[in-house]
Amino acid sequence: MAIDQATVRKVANLARIRVSDEQVANLESELNQILQFVEQLSEVDTDGVAPLTSAVEMTQPLRADVINDGGYADQIVKNAPASDDGFFLVPKVIE
Amino acid sequence: MSDLTNLTLSDAREKLRNKDITAVELAEAHIDAMQQTAGLNAFIFNTEEKAIEMAKASDVKLAKGEGGILEGIPVGVKDLFCTKDVRTTASSKILGDFTPTYESTVTANMWADGAVLLGKLNCDEFAMGSSNETSFFGPVVNPWQRQGDDTQLVPGGSSGGSAAAVAARACIAATATDTGGSIRQPAAFTGTVGMKPTYGRCSRWGTVAFASSLDQAGPITRTVRDAAIMLESMASYDVKDSTSVNVAVPAYEKTLTGDIKGLKIGIPKEFKVDGMPEEIQALWQQGIEWLKAAGAEIHDVSLPHTKYALPAYYIVAPAEASSNLARYDGVRYGLRVAGDNIDEQYANSRAEGFGEEVQRRILIGTYVLSAGYYDAYYKKAQRVRTLIKRDFDQAYEKVDLMLTPTTPTAAFGIGENIGDPLTMYLNDIFTVSVNMAGLPGISIPAGISANGLPLGLQLIGKPFDEETLFRAADVMEQAADFTALPQLMAK
Repeated sequence: MAIDQATVRKVANLARIRVSDEQVANLESELNQILQFVEQLSEVDTDGVAPLTSAVEMTQPLRADVINDGGYADQIVKNAPASDDGFFLVPKVIE
Repeated sequence: MSDLTNLTLSDAREKLRNKDITAVELAEAHIDAMQQTAGLNAFIFNTEEKAIEMAKASDVKLAKGEGGILEGIPVGVKDLFCTKDVRTTASSKILGDFTPTYESTVTANMWADGAVLLGKLNCDEFAMGSSNETSFFGPVVNPWQRQGDDTQLVPGGSSGGSAAAVAARACIAATATDTGGSIRQPAAFTGTVGMKPTYGRCSRWGTVAFASSLDQAGPITRTVRDAAIMLESMASYDVKDSTSVNVAVPAYEKTLTGDIKGLKIGIPKEFKVDGMPEEIQALWQQGIEWLKAAGAEIHDVSLPHTKYALPAYYIVAPAEASSNLARYDGVRYGLRVAGDNIDEQYANSRAEGFGEEVQRRILIGTYVLSAGYYDAYYKKAQRVRTLIKRDFDQAYEKVDLMLTPTTPTAAFGIGENIGDPLTMYLNDIFTVSVNMAGLPGISIPAGISANGLPLGLQLIGKPFDEETLFRAADVMEQAADFTALPQLMAK
């Protein structure tokens, strides 16, 4: 499976990364190189093999459903590029 | 190097407890060493004032005969760990001057045990790299040089700053993280000890995430004993990390008995890759002889899917990275680059904020997770991962540990491999299966290459059996008797 420049642009848009025309050409070859490298996995017979979802066998712990954190909006927005009164500011999203 | 900066952690601890030295003296000596070795670019943020303040507090405790297992020990922290009120960037432009309002669990454990923060250490951007060349703050220089050749070499990565600072005597120990080899490979390149514990042993809370199913924190030190002391402090069960495992943390140092008689060591035949340099093969053989001489039994074992660990990793890790790094959008923290609308603002911020390698991995990850490719790539890789883990499970029915080289080569020059992502990825060929299977692994300095550079051997353990791993590593360290010193270190 090789990817073309249109796919690079589509993926870059999905990932919300602006790419220049020059970058698209480079990325096309770099990404194909990586995909070619991972292609060897198709040699492996994985029929009936379950995907590994956790490296360590463990049961997911349960916690009590209580509020035990929060109430510090000032700290949450402290590093924001733009904020107002405990809210994050973003460009207008609703016309 | 001064007597103080050449102390191991365990020696410094004894001297502090016996009041031969004070924590402030020790911190000052290391601050001086940091300045002398500033050219290595290992530390990106210095916290000298904080260090003195913390050392003073340690001296008060030490005077009363109190204090934790790291009381008064000056350490460096990889810039992947969030440190309260100390800038944290993951060596990325996109985090800007992000200054956490909270502390990572691993570093909180260390401060509670009395450690002293010297500063934050350079690393590959978001820990993505094997040479520390992808950092926004520029490459780290390896304190080691080839014989008769002053070419600047990489310290390995991603924990290159941690490894370089420990090797150059700019700190006694450092925290690091390992997703595909990022503790063990730089340790091998710098003649230091790098320990990656079992997945789930150290909390990931407050550590900048790269690939959550693989990331694990661990120490870089100059001796195995020091690694054991550091891990005891760093490790803990943490309800804030749902993959943290609730098992007791042993006093690892007590396991260093020097006795490995009857221990069964596996030699995985699939690690004998084509084109392995003769000196790496010879080093591996030497390691086998050392363990045999100490009374261990050597067994050949097979890990048939070894070859597929690296390709599977280059699906799983970028996939997880692409979703973890979605949070950097210029809204809540870090760099914001304006656009005509919110989508443009995201795309502009991420284009300017992420470096080339990070962008490459996000794009690969986004592709393999996208509609129509998820089964073919991501699910396939996760199935292969099951087989990789099964190989280890089966081998561990016969042996207690495995011995392999840590890296296929010694350190290379800055700029030599950066233009070729795939060659760079091959650095992790011997370390990555350990992450895929969630196992503990340790690299110790075991020999010197023909051109004068350190080489490492890796021991791999069973899940949550760091004790046996430390015990054997300690024996091998004594046999190796590695005493060579890097050229660029604090005087």
